Amino acid sequence: MSKLEINDLRVSVDTEDGPKEILKGVTLTINDGETHAIMGPNGSGKSTLAYSIAGHPKYTITGGTVTLDGDDVLAMTVDERARAGLFLAMQYPVEVPGVSVSNFLRTAKTAIDGEAPKLRTWVKDVNGVLEQLNLDPTFASRSVNEGFSGGEKKRHEIAQLELLDPKVAVLDETDSGLDIDALKIVSEGVNRFKADGDKGVLLITHYTRILRYIKPDFVHVFVDGRVAEEGGPELADQLESEGYDKYVKAAAAS
Amino acid sequence: MTVTTDSVRSALEVDKVESHLHPAGSFEVADHEAPTGREEIWRFTPLKRLKGLHADAEFMRSATSCTWNTPAGVRIEGVSGDEARSLRGISGLVPNTRWAARVLAEVPSSLLIDVPADTEVAEPIVVDLDGEDVSVTEAGHVAMRFGAHSKAIVVLNHTGSSTIAAVVEIAVGDGADVSVVSIQDWADDAVHLSHHQARVGRDATYKHAAISFGGDVVRMDANVTYDGPGGSAELLGLYFADAGQHIEHRIFADHNAPRTKSHAVYKGALQGEKAHTVWVGNVLIRKVAEGIETYEENRNLVLTDGCQADSIPNLEIETGEIEGAGHASATARFDDEQLFYLQSRGISEQEAQRLVVHGFFNDLIRQVGVPSIEDRLMKTVEAELAKNVLREDAS
Repeated sequence: MSKLEINDLRVSVDTEDGPKEILKGVTLTINDGETHAIMGPNGSGKSTLAYSIAGHPKYTITGGTVTLDGDDVLAMTVDERARAGLFLAMQYPVEVPGVSVSNFLRTAKTAIDGEAPKLRTWVKDVNGVLEQLNLDPTFASRSVNEGFSGGEKKRHEIAQLELLDPKVAVLDETDSGLDIDALKIVSEGVNRFKADGDKGVLLITHYTRILRYIKPDFVHVFVDGRVAEEGGPELADQLESEGYDKYVKAAAAS
Repeated sequence: MTVTTDSVRSALEVDKVESHLHPAGSFEVADHEAPTGREEIWRFTPLKRLKGLHADAEFMRSATSCTWNTPAGVRIEGVSGDEARSLRGISGLVPNTRWAARVLAEVPSSLLIDVPADTEVAEPIVVDLDGEDVSVTEAGHVAMRFGAHSKAIVVLNHTGSSTIAAVVEIAVGDGADVSVVSIQDWADDAVHLSHHQARVGRDATYKHAAISFGGDVVRMDANVTYDGPGGSAELLGLYFADAGQHIEHRIFADHNAPRTKSHAVYKGALQGEKAHTVWVGNVLIRKVAEGIETYEENRNLVLTDGCQADSIPNLEIETGEIEGAGHASATARFDDEQLFYLQSRGISEQEAQRLVVHGFFNDLIRQVGVPSIEDRLMKTVEAELAKNVLREDAS
């Protein structure tokens, strides 16, 4: 069971000119087993939505609610949200010098499960996931994200997704900067995660490309901090041919 | 920042500036005034807490026990008289402070560590210095002599309570491969003033690691000169200052020979009210030192309010005909983005901070390259973290 409900979410950030509202009332429900794509032009607030759900301190929630299976996500700390079953694959994963991938993964898994993973199966699991994502076994001994190529960073995010096995995954522009081979590898990882059971996926992207490999059930067009249009997968095809112009103009006119 | 040879050339066009990197040294105690604290080389040091070690404190009979292991092929013993006198200055040291001149002139004996030429010593030579009475002001001289093409690791391990001024001279023979590790794991009340002077032979490799955790005041000057072209020096430092502690590390790589290298990395963490660390990284590239390479780096991680980290890289260049010269210095609190990333994977804030601090020191601990003390250093970092970051009631 996993149901992420976002209701009239309003979020602002502090700027030099005072607080600026980025999200202006976002309502979205992701039910069991559903994959939702959020598409929108740069600066529409897509990433703000992702980081706000994860609890990044830079963003101030000014209104609305976010619940996961009825529990108030906004009242939780960042780590509590992860332990409740939320996962954010970041667009720009952060370097943590001196902390190895294997130590990081084990520490995270232990925190999520509340107990250390069984050593023998864990090592097998980690190596299996790395191999499927086409990451060398020596990858585990490297420092987290330090010196990783863009593609390695994204594959590392998906490795975490598969190993930590959350209820709901938010993927923030996981496809950006990937060549077609890497995009396929990453998509396969997400599809393995989805196949695991009643998982929710919120796929944030600028391009329709990734939707050829990860099939969305719903597509939302995001413009100026709001959902401007909703539909099925066919909406993505329409965006592919027409772009975001008409939504951007409509938002500017209102 | 990296200094390119172009910018070096333009820097050379300015008139000669006043520098503290060319002191006129002397073995005569009378040639040195006791410092007042206003001097460039003393301005950060809390002289009042040195119990006179920097000036004219009596060097009393030692209350610090000194024990060591003696691997085969190595001579280690306390020597006195003419032999002790003959060891004064074997590193090329000509004292530029009153206290160092006093140590060389007044201390009757020296601890000699003598590794003959072509001798490779696999087992680290560990000298344990354990202080028993902090009210005894004392001084010591250590002379390490590594013959040509020898290979050895020496660990000076300081524990307990001492008030001690120490001059450590290190003569690294041509082609030798030498590591000297000095661990300051003192009790809270110790006062330790030390000067480590190394002369690195032709094509020799020298590694010096300064590791300071304990003590009320710890100041160490780790200096290097070269005895021919091709020598390489790696100067490493790791320190962790708690409330009220003053930990000061100064390095000086004096490139007085061509094609020599120096690489310095010092990393420190600070926690607690009035924890104070100082790092001064002096590098001098003399006119003769063409084709040299130098890089120095200092990073400080400030864990709580009320700490002060001073970090001063100081590069003086007399020739632009070099391979490279650069420095970096950074003092910062925890990186919010790092903590967010780790916490977004379910890791608690405390555990995330612990991971970040371990990560901060990990690379450096590995670079020290002495497996038997790596584990101990990790544990000491853990024990330091338990005082603040990992405290049960820490918010």
